Amino acid sequence: MGYLASIGSYAIMIVEVFRKPTKWRIMKSLILKEIDELIYGSLGILIFISFFIGGVVAIQTALNITSELIPKNLVGFATRQSIILEFAPTFCSIIMAGKVGSYITSSIGTMRVTEQIDALEVMGVNALNYLVFPKIIALLLYPFIIAISMYVGIFGGWVAGVFGGFSTSADFIEGVQLDFIPFHVTYAFIKTLVFAFILATIPSFHGFYMKGGALEVGKAATTSFVWTSVVIIILNYILTQLLLG
Amino acid sequence: MIEVKNVHKSFGDAYILKGISTVFDKGKTNLVIGQSGSGKTVLIKCLLGLFSPDKGSISHDGKIYSQLSPKEQRNLRQDMGMVFQGSALFDSMTVEGNVMFPLEMFTKQSQSEMRDRADFVLKRVNLDDAHKKYPSEISGGMQKRVAIARAIVMNPKYLFCDEPNSGLDPRTAIIIDNLIQEITKEYDITTVVNTHDMNSVMEIGEKIVFLKNGIKEWEGTKDEIFKTDNEAVTNFVYSSELFKKVRQMYIEERN
Ligand SMILES: Nc1ncnc2c1ncn2[C@@H]1O[C@H](COP(=O)(O)OP(=O)(O)O)[C@@H](O)[C@H]1O
Ligand SMILES: [Mg+2]
Repeated sequence: MGYLASIGSYAIMIVEVFRKPTKWRIMKSLILKEIDELIYGSLGILIFISFFIGGVVAIQTALNITSELIPKNLVGFATRQSIILEFAPTFCSIIMAGKVGSYITSSIGTMRVTEQIDALEVMGVNALNYLVFPKIIALLLYPFIIAISMYVGIFGGWVAGVFGGFSTSADFIEGVQLDFIPFHVTYAFIKTLVFAFILATIPSFHGFYMKGGALEVGKAATTSFVWTSVVIIILNYILTQLLLG
Repeated sequence: MIEVKNVHKSFGDAYILKGISTVFDKGKTNLVIGQSGSGKTVLIKCLLGLFSPDKGSISHDGKIYSQLSPKEQRNLRQDMGMVFQGSALFDSMTVEGNVMFPLEMFTKQSQSEMRDRADFVLKRVNLDDAHKKYPSEISGGMQKRVAIARAIVMNPKYLFCDEPNSGLDPRTAIIIDNLIQEITKEYDITTVVNTHDMNSVMEIGEKIVFLKNGIKEWEGTKDEIFKTDNEAVTNFVYSSELFKKVRQMYIEERN
């Protein structure tokens, strides 16, 4: 299928997701299940990664300060800026494209190849609404785990900086508070919300419209990871230009 | 009763159904037979409204699916039950959850009413100890029973089964075939069963439609299928050594 045709069917899919909603009683439990799977289930890995990335950013910054003229609080400042602007929203979303994205593609893809999606449609259920809508709603909570990831990342920087002997606690904290622009956090959360939508829908698209058997489910998960990451990277560029440029 | 008139269906260059016309009767198990790839599944998905024919029409007791409003289509769908080839049970739900699913989606019944109804149909398919199990924990034959239970839980007027005994041992296959036939009689349903299994033809074939390369090559009853001179049919029917031998004995006995 050509790229244009794919973009077209993706758009049609999105419209279909919001049509003919599933009964609220059922939808409620689907959403709670997805929150557990997609949000709560990702917390551990994101905290782990953020802590160590924060640490590495602090160490790298410290090692690259050679001149005595550069203020000591730069380590904290640089850690905060990199974590809030890029590592938490963008880097974590790429990790999520791997973790959550491949889960979504393979679970929906398996339902497709085992005719479970046909079974839903035969019953008159809007399968796209039933399967994709709860994922979109669950991922509205994604900014919360990114906020946690920001805290943990900066904390990781502090630990590495102070206990590695690269900075004093006072210098680091002074850096973290230096020239703080609240809009940067807003910018990060706008990105995060856009990425959340991408994380829910592109992997669903690849799973829902796949053809073939078990082998193709694996391939679809890989393709879905590549496309989700590519779209996140491109949107990151566009949003940065629009919001900060 | 389902009337199929001159139905054509193709996917891109692949011309799958090339003008099928037939009638599937109420209260009968109608069989669609033919080799793998002959278009049986595509035909059944047209009957379900999952595929719309490129040409021709399908009417369910006078209602032509393609001419109905989306709401009427949905109502008609709720009169249909489908047993998929691989059972297509929702693997995130228990057996009971699977059977209750259509009730939860489309009725206003209370939890206990739905439980009772699910229990009733599960008993009807002779399953009474698997309610809380997940599909992956039960055998293929049991999965088929659950799929049948789910298909009949809403009291359908039409029941479609795509190769209901594929992947089952011959004994279980016959039990499942008979179950489908009993249910058809009991509730006076229009049932269409796809199969390439001659045992099913022997067991439950009241009306048989033989598809070959997307064309209806022959139709008739199970008594007629053993007497026909149609070469394509006899090649299909007598493709196994067992049936060849049976036929030979039959001819010898006659002479
Ligand atoms: N959705 C589809 N898109 C394209 N080709 C299809 C589709 N569904 C079925 N076919 C093709 O239609 C032909 C008949 O398939 P099918 O009806 O499944 O055969 P049967 O059920 O008799 O074994 C096959 O060649 C298959 O590849
Ligand atoms: Mg088939």
